[in-house]
Amino acid sequence: MTDRRVVAHVLRRLTFGPTAAEVDAAARDGLPATVDRILAPAPTVTPPSFPTPDRKDRQAVQDQVSDGLAWWLGQMVIHGGSAAEKLTFFWHGHFATSVQKVRSAGLMLNQQKTFRRYGPGPTGPFVRAMLRDPALIIWLDGQKNTRKAPNENLAREVMELFTLGVGHYTEDDVKAAARVLTGWQVDRAAGTSRLDPRRHATGPVTLLGRTGPLDVDGFADLLTRHAAHVPFLAGRVWLRYGGDTPMPDSLTAAGNDVPAMLRALALDPAFPQTAGHLVKQPIEWVVGAVRQLGIDPAKGRKQLLAGLRGLGQLPLRPPSVGGWPAGEAWLTTAAAQARLRTGQALTALAPAAVQHLASSVPQERLEALAAMLAVDGWTDRTAAVLTPAAKDPRRLLAIGLATPEYTVQ
Amino acid sequence: MDAITRRRFLVASGVAAGGLIAAGGAAYGLTDIFATAGDRDPAARTLVLVTLYGGNDGLNTLIPYADPAYTKARPALAYDAGHVLRLDDAFGLNPAMTGLHQLYQDGRLAVVRGVGYPKPDRSHFRSMDIWQTGRPDHPETTGWLGRWLDASGGDPRLAVSFEPVLPPLLAGAHSAGATVPGGEVKLPATVTTAQLTALGKVDPAEPAARQRAATCFADLTRIQDLMADVAAAGGTDADDEPAATATGGATQPLEQQLALVARCVEAGAATRVYSVSLGGFDLHADEKAAQESQLTKLDKPLAAFAGRMSRTEAGRNVVVAVYSEFGRRVTANASDGTDHGTASSMFLLGAGVKGGMYGDPPSLTDLDQGDLKYTTDFRDVYATLLGDVLGADPARILNGWTGGLTSSPLTRR
Repeated sequence: MTDRRVVAHVLRRLTFGPTAAEVDAAARDGLPATVDRILAPAPTVTPPSFPTPDRKDRQAVQDQVSDGLAWWLGQMVIHGGSAAEKLTFFWHGHFATSVQKVRSAGLMLNQQKTFRRYGPGPTGPFVRAMLRDPALIIWLDGQKNTRKAPNENLAREVMELFTLGVGHYTEDDVKAAARVLTGWQVDRAAGTSRLDPRRHATGPVTLLGRTGPLDVDGFADLLTRHAAHVPFLAGRVWLRYGGDTPMPDSLTAAGNDVPAMLRALALDPAFPQTAGHLVKQPIEWVVGAVRQLGIDPAKGRKQLLAGLRGLGQLPLRPPSVGGWPAGEAWLTTAAAQARLRTGQALTALAPAAVQHLASSVPQERLEALAAMLAVDGWTDRTAAVLTPAAKDPRRLLAIGLATPEYTVQ
Repeated sequence: MDAITRRRFLVASGVAAGGLIAAGGAAYGLTDIFATAGDRDPAARTLVLVTLYGGNDGLNTLIPYADPAYTKARPALAYDAGHVLRLDDAFGLNPAMTGLHQLYQDGRLAVVRGVGYPKPDRSHFRSMDIWQTGRPDHPETTGWLGRWLDASGGDPRLAVSFEPVLPPLLAGAHSAGATVPGGEVKLPATVTTAQLTALGKVDPAEPAARQRAATCFADLTRIQDLMADVAAAGGTDADDEPAATATGGATQPLEQQLALVARCVEAGAATRVYSVSLGGFDLHADEKAAQESQLTKLDKPLAAFAGRMSRTEAGRNVVVAVYSEFGRRVTANASDGTDHGTASSMFLLGAGVKGGMYGDPPSLTDLDQGDLKYTTDFRDVYATLLGDVLGADPARILNGWTGGLTSSPLTRR
């Protein structure tokens, strides 16, 4: 595989996009410098703040959620060339909290601040912060978990889905963890959480083989230092960044730090062989296209949201605490239709991209399209469809976005 | 005339499947012929599988109202004898389930009690995985109905879901059911069937996921045909039109999904399996009113669907099966909800169902870590559905499972 193909592959997996210019720059700089650049710490991002609406005013809540989502999509487009921006979405899918129950754009974006602040570092401080996160507490009934009335929801999911995975804890551990997490209350207006001592159960617990008194931070540390934690986390990272092929050992060797895992993965000599094995999540497909086609996300807000909804992945609304599916679940007849429709809608928003394709002679347009979409090349099958379409650059671009080569990266 | 319509025509005119090629079948792919062969047997049954996501509280659905242990375990959540919809001296249905109560009295609702599997898993995802793959003992990447689809030739029209994302139960090793949100195929006017057919060609040198992406286009042309057939045959009930789009991740309301199923069944579609779903059953807190509201969303559409199906011959061949990934703990938690549990009841309904109670009710006092011990393995129910509804060999689909319900709730054919 040529160096250009290797860096293009790394950019496709670690960032949203990439644009032809980003691939050119990476090919010039080489792999190590490119990896350093895309993994460099991102500047601090301040999400918009929203006044606390009356929760019964569904329309006001909904309007804030739409504005918050539009803001986020804008961030993905502007900063999509950095690994940090895609990583923020990774953490959203990992801690899969839905605004449908939280009912507050402010609390959802507050949670995102935590993703941006702690997500690019070791998981110890991150899990400590997440166990206090108001949106997560509401989402998993944490404020209903009290000394007198334990509720296991948060305790179970934090072990099963966020840190250890099924099989590494017992039902007794779930009960003990629920007890440790009792008493947390959320102040919606202030966007904060606090421990109410009257609702909190004290006294020793036996949890994950250790007996004694335990507070929330001690619990977080127990999880992130557990032998099952790093392999579990590496598996989740591989699912979203690697694909359905076996995971290289370099991921777990990187420890409990996801950017370190991403670096290891990008530099692993076996990584280029995974090209063509990872189905793009709808968010990757839409945001990548918006960046590559030079679309203004504010102007295309309606079309972007319609596309994401049709493909089944609206950010802020994961289907359950298990997050979105991965892999071939996104390859359905319904999704094929949605890609054809959305491809056309995106093309209509991208006159400059159409013009760029039109500036080549028709025989060279397939190559120009591949460069624009950062696709390594077209199979004979796809070329047979694109070649007759090439005389109309609009049609060429719209169908190019729906091809298997662009859908599976 | 597409392959299915053609097949229907040929069967009606007495031309056997073997004569299809001689009769001009060269215009159709071999897979079309395999896929449609036998599918238009008008006596063939159809399965509608209803998945309730979130873990429905089985004890407040089929209520053991006469058992003192029931009230004792969940005083604030329990229904008393005067409020349940009585089925017999021991059990009643949740008051929200008036439609299913009527079906039970009409002898068209079978209740299988205590359905579960060994070493129950209390994780939603793992347990739903077990139910959808049909394998409690081993991680499995194919769904139980996906394997049935593989064994039946793999035509995606045979197994249809109206959700935007493929439910794992319809994913086979070589094929996958079709997803048709809203029940219609909407393509940009500039996209031609010829383009879809060309994009649907698989390049054997490509990675499997890319091949699958290509196959979706080929599948799409078939679905386009199927839905065109349905539209040509139906269009009688404008009120059933689905919303324009399904909201992200979630499915459209059950009644809209079932209305689409009804239209396909009445149009004589080749489809043998429909997957529909309803979410929102994970009620850790303030459960009672919320579950009644959820059960209303289940009961009303199901009863309406059963009524509609009883009016046509094709509809009378439809069997509906309802399940959730687990029931909930016997004892309520102190937020007036229940935490994740184990065994629960399954419901089967339709004209071909012999109503009544099946399976032994689990004890409310002899528990496993506070949860019910299952009395019927869910694979026994699957085996009955595969054998008596889909005419398949259950052992082949269920990794050698040879069990079955001792007394089938389905009438003999």
